[in-house]
Amino acid sequence: MILLELLLGFIEIGCFSFGGAYGAIPLIREVVLSYGWIEEEKLSYMIAVSESTPGPIMVNLATYIGSTKAGVPGAIIATAAVILPAFLIVIVLTLLLKKLIKNGAFQSMLGALEACVIGIVLATGVYMILKNGIGSFAAASADIVAIAMTIALGGVYFGSRKILKKGISPILLICLAGIAGVFVYGW
Amino acid sequence: MKLLLDLFLTFSKIGLFTFGGGYAMIPHIESTCVTRKEWIAHEEMMDIAVIAESTPGPIAINCATYVGLKKKGIPGAAAATLGVILPSFLILLLISFFLDSFLEIRWVASAFKGIKIAVGILILDAAVKMIVKMKKTPLPIMILSASFAAMMLINIFALRVSTIILMLAAAITGLSVYLIKRPDHKEAFK
Repeated sequence: MILLELLLGFIEIGCFSFGGAYGAIPLIREVVLSYGWIEEEKLSYMIAVSESTPGPIMVNLATYIGSTKAGVPGAIIATAAVILPAFLIVIVLTLLLKKLIKNGAFQSMLGALEACVIGIVLATGVYMILKNGIGSFAAASADIVAIAMTIALGGVYFGSRKILKKGISPILLICLAGIAGVFVYGW
Repeated sequence: MKLLLDLFLTFSKIGLFTFGGGYAMIPHIESTCVTRKEWIAHEEMMDIAVIAESTPGPIAINCATYVGLKKKGIPGAAAATLGVILPSFLILLLISFFLDSFLEIRWVASAFKGIKIAVGILILDAAVKMIVKMKKTPLPIMILSASFAAMMLINIFALRVSTIILMLAAAITGLSVYLIKRPDHKEAFK
């Protein structure tokens, strides 16, 4: 029952995604891969598409995955499921539990949670970059082209901050990577 | 009714014109809802940022729900939230119909192979930005290192351990430390 799977999977994502979209990506990846909704490669593509289209990244991913798995009903259910926890929690917190947010114990839990999410996001980024460069760890082999592209794009992205005040934007990086891809992998 | 429609349309506009997700949306929401519409006060915007960071889910949804709720109760919250997601919902729905056939074009597939590399860099960058912002006291650093190590092992060996388990463990650790050394708990976290 794909609609029920989408509902449960995206409610889980909506309930446990702290730290904005990038904080949620490890969990989205885990849920999407464990249900086998789309393959890992496609998920990377979709993260780029969601970053380059307007609106919340998590909502964009939910709409896309829901739609490819179960058409318009799937898109509606996945999108509703991913936003519902946030919607309800904000209403309850604002109306009833405003003091809870300033509570020391709650803040300590949140601080620990934040640190944990950062570690998870860091590991996901490092792992994705390593995987692009050497493939799966079981059968590792260096992909020189991908490693060179990673170094070049990373150099441009982080290096641009030394020259421009804010550096180049994520969308510009995605465009550059796309152009580089066309030249390197052929058209 | 007029206010509901206004909330819906205003948040649709915010949803349509912000790229890069929720954090990019906060300045737009501030300039629209505080300065132009005068729906909420500047201090409330601070509250919103705290609530958005303290609760799970997309930050844009947290913000829209809060502003809508303040102005017109639960119907207002629903109108603002629907507004903020509707444009991207429609755009992504459209994309989902043709992306697969689009990916069969050779140059598009090549472009996406390059883009995959950019996504890894963007995720790493998101983590680096969060580390810069984080308060660097021993406890958060220890939790960060432990969760980083655990997540690397989970990824490399494809272990079936949910990140939710890691998050619960961290939350319990944070709470325990707070309860043990209550008097100076403010030192441990922000």
